Amino acid sequence: MSEQLYEVTLLVNGVHRSATVPARRLLSDFLRHDLELTGTHVGCEHGVCGACTVLVGGRPIRSCLQFAVTVDGEEVTTVEGCTRPDGELGPVQQAFRDCHGLQCGFCTPGFVTTITAYLHENPEPTADEAREAIAGNLCRCTGYQNIVASVLRAAQLRTGSTEAAAEAAP
Amino acid sequence: MKPSGFAYHRPSTVAEAVDVLAEVSPAGKVLAGGQSLVPMLNMRLAAPAHLVDVNRLTELAYVRVDDDGGRRTVVVGALARHTDVEHDAAAHAALPLLREALRTVAHPTIRNRGTTVGSIAHADPSGEMGAVLALLGGTVELRSARGTRTVAAAEFTTGPMETSAAPDELVTSVAFPVPEGRTGTAWTELARRNGDYAVCGVGVLVRLGDDHRVVAARAVYVSMGPVPTVLDLTEPVAGQDPRADDDGWAAAGRLAAWRLDPDDDIHATAGYRRQLAAVLTERALRTAARRATEVAV
Ligand SMILES: Cc1cc2nc3c(=O)[nH]c(=O)nc-3n(C[C@H](O)[C@H](O)[C@H](O)COP(=O)(O)OP(=O)(O)OC[C@H]3O[C@@H](n4cnc5c(N)ncnc54)[C@H](O)[C@@H]3O)c2cc1C
Ligand code: FES
Ligand code: FES
Repeated sequence: MSEQLYEVTLLVNGVHRSATVPARRLLSDFLRHDLELTGTHVGCEHGVCGACTVLVGGRPIRSCLQFAVTVDGEEVTTVEGCTRPDGELGPVQQAFRDCHGLQCGFCTPGFVTTITAYLHENPEPTADEAREAIAGNLCRCTGYQNIVASVLRAAQLRTGSTEAAAEAAP
Repeated sequence: MKPSGFAYHRPSTVAEAVDVLAEVSPAGKVLAGGQSLVPMLNMRLAAPAHLVDVNRLTELAYVRVDDDGGRRTVVVGALARHTDVEHDAAAHAALPLLREALRTVAHPTIRNRGTTVGSIAHADPSGEMGAVLALLGGTVELRSARGTRTVAAAEFTTGPMETSAAPDELVTSVAFPVPEGRTGTAWTELARRNGDYAVCGVGVLVRLGDDHRVVAARAVYVSMGPVPTVLDLTEPVAGQDPRADDDGWAAAGRLAAWRLDPDDDIHATAGYRRQLAAVLTERALRTAARRATEVAV
């Protein structure tokens, strides 16, 4: 018996993308294999490591625990979409570079998406809040200190850029 | 680590969903947030022939506080995510225990997708929401093509990952009764890592009389047995005034530890779990009693 296929269309990083896939296609594999957006990483495939975290409707979720067909029609942001509108590094990405927040980089896409959504909710976190915000993501390299620093730095860059944007506005 | 194939159904109303469940029963499984089911599918611990995806049943995406002549209930529909319940202002005002317990359910990223009803339907003995429902004496509403029925929490959960729901039944909502009178509640637990399942978790409810003396105290536990265990701990604390310094709380903790019968596993020995139960129960009771004294009746 051949598997039934479904056309799935998502608004990924502002662009409509579709592919025809079986119902069992995980969102993580849909993004990586069908849309060739390999920025989203896959570690554990059971919801524990956080590497696969993407934003669906602005909320971070584990893309390895969701079927693409379930989220058909939704708006998805991956690490590739966490840049500035001009394509330069976004505030969270820039902060990771500034603070040496990554080593091998395997876990980084999940941190960047999680922190991007978090700062939207809480633009000025304390160090403790920053630590709490990343508690659901695992990193085997950094020891987390520089990732906490990156959260705080990203908050500075974001408010800086909102201030700059406000100044630039007529 | 990929799921095996299944026939996929995506009903858009509850009526359609129960018809599909009836048609494919007993080979169908409900797919809600997927936060417990998809790991099992990925690891091929489960391979149902049919999945009935309820994520389009927007009529079940609600959190509501009902008031029936002063008896209030927080009703949570099957498509309310843990996050929706956690952030619902009216539910929090009526029943602060919900938010306090939800903050110990996994991480925000998991709560954004996982549903409160799904976690109760999953009946993991470490699941906080099933325990809170049992502590408050709540109910579960089930619907199938055969009709609708309401089941008490204690009769719903029958074993680890086992419930009295039939394969063709959809849990449409759960109802958490708001405790009446001068009542305080608290949730506390210990997990190996932030967001992990608890090694031992306890939720308590303390009710005071008009003279601020304890008239009732009970507790519920997760990870301490096959189903959430509810214990009446009134005896050692009855008549005590929480504003004075009394040691009945510690005795209640010891009573709980003595009555619980947890298992050893790779995370902790039964003895350590009992020790945790004693300490956490005492702490939670003190907190709940203090909160009860602050209730304006
Ligand atoms: C890393 C990680 C950590 C976690 N930590 C915790 C924790 O500390 N505490 C905790 O309680 N949970 C934890 N969870 C589980 C989480 O709470 C899940 O959201 C919850 O257990 C299941 O809800 P769901 O909506 O995702 O259900 P699903 O995974 O979709 O379904 C789970 C089961 O319930 C059935 N089901 C779901 N909804 C219905 C319905 N309406 N009617 C009938 N059957 C239904 C499904 O058929 C399936 O058998 C964790 C999960 C992960 C991945
Ligand atoms: S790959 Fe999804 S959480 Fe690890
Ligand atoms: S940088 Fe290597 S796992 Fe985080």
